Amino acid sequence: MRAMNYRGPYRVRVDEKAMPRIEHPRDAVVKVTRSCICGSDLHLYHGMVPDTRVGQTFGHEFCGIVEEVGPEVENLKAGDHVLVPFNIACGQCHFCKQGLFGNCHESNPQATAVGGIFGYSHTAGGYDGGQAEYARVPYADFGPTIIPDWMDPDDAVLLTDVVPTGYQAAEMAGIQKGDTVVVFGAGPVGILAARSAWLFGAGRVIVIDHIDYRLESVKSFAPAEVYNFKELDDVVVFMKKTTDGLGADVCIDAVGAEATGSMLQTILGKRLKLEAGSAIALHWAINSVKKGGVVSIVGVYGPTGNMVPIGNVVNKGLTIRANQASVKRLLPKLIEHVRTGNINPKAIISHRVPLDDIADAYHIFSDKLDECIKPVLLPSGA
Amino acid sequence: MSDTNLALRISNPSKAVDTQSIVGWGVDADPQNDPTYPYRNRTEDNHSGEWRRPTQQEAQVELLKSVEHKWLPAVFGTASPPSGVSGSMRRLAFRWSESNWAHWLLLIAADRVNMIEGLVEDLGRGHVPNIPKEMGVPAEWRHNKAGLLKKLAVAAAIGGTVTGLIVAKRNAGKREPSAS
Repeated sequence: MRAMNYRGPYRVRVDEKAMPRIEHPRDAVVKVTRSCICGSDLHLYHGMVPDTRVGQTFGHEFCGIVEEVGPEVENLKAGDHVLVPFNIACGQCHFCKQGLFGNCHESNPQATAVGGIFGYSHTAGGYDGGQAEYARVPYADFGPTIIPDWMDPDDAVLLTDVVPTGYQAAEMAGIQKGDTVVVFGAGPVGILAARSAWLFGAGRVIVIDHIDYRLESVKSFAPAEVYNFKELDDVVVFMKKTTDGLGADVCIDAVGAEATGSMLQTILGKRLKLEAGSAIALHWAINSVKKGGVVSIVGVYGPTGNMVPIGNVVNKGLTIRANQASVKRLLPKLIEHVRTGNINPKAIISHRVPLDDIADAYHIFSDKLDECIKPVLLPSGA
Repeated sequence: MSDTNLALRISNPSKAVDTQSIVGWGVDADPQNDPTYPYRNRTEDNHSGEWRRPTQQEAQVELLKSVEHKWLPAVFGTASPPSGVSGSMRRLAFRWSESNWAHWLLLIAADRVNMIEGLVEDLGRGHVPNIPKEMGVPAEWRHNKAGLLKKLAVAAAIGGTVTGLIVAKRNAGKREPSAS
């Protein structure tokens, strides 16, 4: 089968690889119909995540048709069209029982902090992902969800990660009616976080980024006040001034490890990799939120240490909540939001690219060329 | 709480104290007052490290397991087993826990070595990788010609300067013996 093949930072291609097979009684093999490149795939692509091995296939956002199931999978059959949450979760361990499906304890030998994730380095379990014609799906009796007949597959594939992640960012923030919410990052997750903030009753939503076309896309999807931080003297001072000197009620970090905006963070985190990426968006979130406010983090950071202003967290009495989205927990609610039109995920798709052109797709997304917001990959024959 | 439930909640029952003897124990335990609610599901037995484990996947490739794990998780990926020099570095990294920088920095270093191994592996089986294509240069040409030309000009300038310096140094080295 044809599959993406990582060859090192900034280098990917499509090669022939062995077909995935059932390796556990709860596995399924799925023929991929849609997959996406996620903003967090770019952290892998840029060599930011430890234990990203040459030869691995990325892709944690995909849906597809069930080809084969293992003997312990009784609720799926060949031919079912499923969306596959990016978390690989058993559904029965200590953490899954609490709905923390991003923290499953039975899916990742290499680390305990995070559960297994499709195509997301060996730090997240060493699984091949869905940027391929076929993928192995462990715990197939628990994770995959049959796509409703009425749902567009373009909406379905975005429910595997980006929509739940944006929604959980707003949920973890505990938004109260009328709150001022600031979202750092106007990528797909930031856009969805801004959209979700309205669903929780925010009174004002502000999105910060440094790329104008991304900010324009927020205005049409969310809609929110948008600001390019390169046009601001000081992001934090601006936020204080625009919120009566108090700060925002809630700040959401939807950027993660590769934030632009600080030379020091760029050198230490992005170039020398001595910390888990540049944490400047998180700095701004902590310093822009009001005392007693909430900072919600869904931007991906690596596992090494960070220079984070923890003293300000203490002195301001902040609540910080963060996690990988527990997709399976949120799906019933989000499917209903798509059905009723509260969220229209496919509107963020900007590029549809054949799998064989994956190197171009990664480069376009990484370098923000051609006004790219969200690329969807189509395997041959899909 | 019954003694049975108490035993379930304490990870090391031999060190359990009788909480009934602690004045006020549990009076503020209303989940509505808990900022972590509802993420922590208060089921009375959720401190237990035991659960009905899934069937164990058979390991047919070499796996590296975090020293923080009590057991091998039931399911795992088999994408790219450790191999070569980078594999040795990864095995070494897994001697340390996830809280240790040595663990992560060794893995990052192993990734860089692995990239070179990948190149050697390609050449070893007679495949010369099309690196510009793998890096998306055709897309750069389509969407950012000026940027690409600028990058090429900068690369050519740096390359030319370095070559010039090397040639100049070599020529100076050749002249020195005749001068002495």
